[in-house]
Amino acid sequence: MKKILDLTQMKQKKKGTVIAVAGGPNLKKRLETLGIRKGAEVTKVSAQVMRGPIIVQVVNTQVAIGFGMAKKIIVEVEKESNIEKLAVKNEKDIITG
Amino acid sequence: MKKILLLGNPNVGKSVIFTRLTGTYVVASNYPGTTVEFTKGFMNLKGEKVEVIDVPGIYSLEPVSKAEEVAVDMLKEGDLIINVVDATKLERSLNLTLQLLKQNIPVVIALNLWDEAGHCGIIIDVAKLEKILGVPVVPTCALTGEGMHNLVLRLKEAKANTYLKRDQERWTEIGKIIQQVQKVTHRHHTFLEKLGDASIMPATGIFMAGLVLFLSFQVIRFIGESLINYVFEPAFNILWTPLMLKLSLILNPGSFLHKILIGELFKGEINYTASFGLLTTGLFVPLAMVLPYIFAFYLVLSFMEDSGYLPRLGILVDNIMHTVGLHGLAVVPMFLGLGCNVPGVLATRILEGKRERFIALTLMAIAIPCTAQIALIVGLIGKYGAFGLGIVFGTLFIVWLVLGLLLNLILKGESPEIFVEIPPYRWPYLSVLLKKLWLRTADFILHGVPWVLFGVFLVNILYTFRVIKFIGQITSPVITGVFGLPEETVAALMMGFLRKDIAVGMLLPLNLTMPQSIVACVVLAMYFPCLATFAMMIRELGVKDTVKSIFIMLVAVLIVGTTLNLILSRLS
Repeated sequence: MKKILDLTQMKQKKKGTVIAVAGGPNLKKRLETLGIRKGAEVTKVSAQVMRGPIIVQVVNTQVAIGFGMAKKIIVEVEKESNIEKLAVKNEKDIITG
Repeated sequence: MKKILLLGNPNVGKSVIFTRLTGTYVVASNYPGTTVEFTKGFMNLKGEKVEVIDVPGIYSLEPVSKAEEVAVDMLKEGDLIINVVDATKLERSLNLTLQLLKQNIPVVIALNLWDEAGHCGIIIDVAKLEKILGVPVVPTCALTGEGMHNLVLRLKEAKANTYLKRDQERWTEIGKIIQQVQKVTHRHHTFLEKLGDASIMPATGIFMAGLVLFLSFQVIRFIGESLINYVFEPAFNILWTPLMLKLSLILNPGSFLHKILIGELFKGEINYTASFGLLTTGLFVPLAMVLPYIFAFYLVLSFMEDSGYLPRLGILVDNIMHTVGLHGLAVVPMFLGLGCNVPGVLATRILEGKRERFIALTLMAIAIPCTAQIALIVGLIGKYGAFGLGIVFGTLFIVWLVLGLLLNLILKGESPEIFVEIPPYRWPYLSVLLKKLWLRTADFILHGVPWVLFGVFLVNILYTFRVIKFIGQITSPVITGVFGLPEETVAALMMGFLRKDIAVGMLLPLNLTMPQSIVACVVLAMYFPCLATFAMMIRELGVKDTVKSIFIMLVAVLIVGTTLNLILSRLS
């Protein structure tokens, strides 16, 4: 299952793929310079309180993005089904022994 | 003369490479946008003198900001480009590299931060990359100097126009190159990375910010006070005073030269804060009262800059900054302004638009006292304890906030959003940090101290010709009537146009009451920037906007000075 969200709605520590930037060419170019473009994989690191900046990891760079700008970045995330959650849990159990 | 341009993304180490090539030191820090001006230097290339230009960092040649436009213009003048690339961020850096390879100017690539890439588990096939791009690629570690010799040797192999694919396919091309030359091995999060994440999580981040600021304050205070109490004051009292007393005898107290050089004696003794001679107060104030704090402040600031903490602090306070029409990154000029407003003014160039720069400059000039001024305010008000200092700095903070809110409401437009790369935490490199600290301290000694001496000289002359008494009488309705200060403070206020530290210093012998001291300090901090800052503001804002800014200052100081006087005189 896949789910379409913007960056502000994404959960912390989740990974997603950028599928669109809902903005003009200038915004697109600006985001592109730090690697945020269609097809890029982003991981949300944190979000500041009260509509503060969103911090994402792109490749091995962390980028802070203002809330309004982050709202225009549309990402697709895997929706965790129960089976997947269980799989993750099992994996952890195996690692921790 | 041939010109070599240093071009690359922000915060990849261009300035460090520049220093290595030319021997000309420029300030380098660990955040994007340290270099806001072109710096030129020279190097010797096989007997030929060539010019090297350190260009502010850019992400792309398709300009989206003013800084990038200027950098692109610079391109026309270059004969050779050293494209500095961050080896840990090859993919992103190649966006600029591929554009540079089409500019008809020979290019050499310095693959900088090579050691860090190794630590990050990134392996780059340099030979293959060189083959694909068609220009020399030299791994370097500018901080330690590794690879620099090789870089210089290979400048002659530079080539132009080696990669002429269409712009539309650039990112696809980059993807293909990365697949061929780069391998990333998995590794666990390092301690620094975990610390990095913790400092930008809201809960832990705000706690850490509080801790960092508190510790910084304590360290600055401890170093500053220790240097004053155990080094500079004893040095003056034990070594300098006997010399001055001998000189006093030779010059004969009462002579004009004695007045200028030594100043007044009190019961036959020199009083370093009140005598007001060039060789007594003129040296004691900048060297024994200000210099220790300048040293301590820049030590802490350099640490914050080089570790990479400053932009993280900016992200945490982004919300507060938006209420005054700025965004989080504006903490950088504000912090630099706390050291000295002059570099602070220059650093506002990292902000996007004219509106933000106007707000930032006006707020800085009005409500951010520099370290030199703070040192003297502490000297004057410190005896009343935290209460007095709290009122002075609390008032300035409220002014900063309220004025920012008002400017944000009144000025057309809205504040742009933060969009910035967060640099990785790095352990500051000691020799670089010390060099920067020395440069900034030396700057105060070379450029600050002469102004203090000139100011002391000027005040003596003006006193002798009774100019100050005259101006004091004219301005007394405002100074005495509105601010509740004695007429003599006019001399300090006049000096404040020139330099703020010695201006506050002139209040020391006046025996002001606590409310008067507080009002005088706040008024002195707010009413006008010092001459050096004023000149810088005109350069950065233009005459028209500077006049506007000064007008805001004068209105603000009248309101705040009056209010403070009313409240404090009622309290006591």
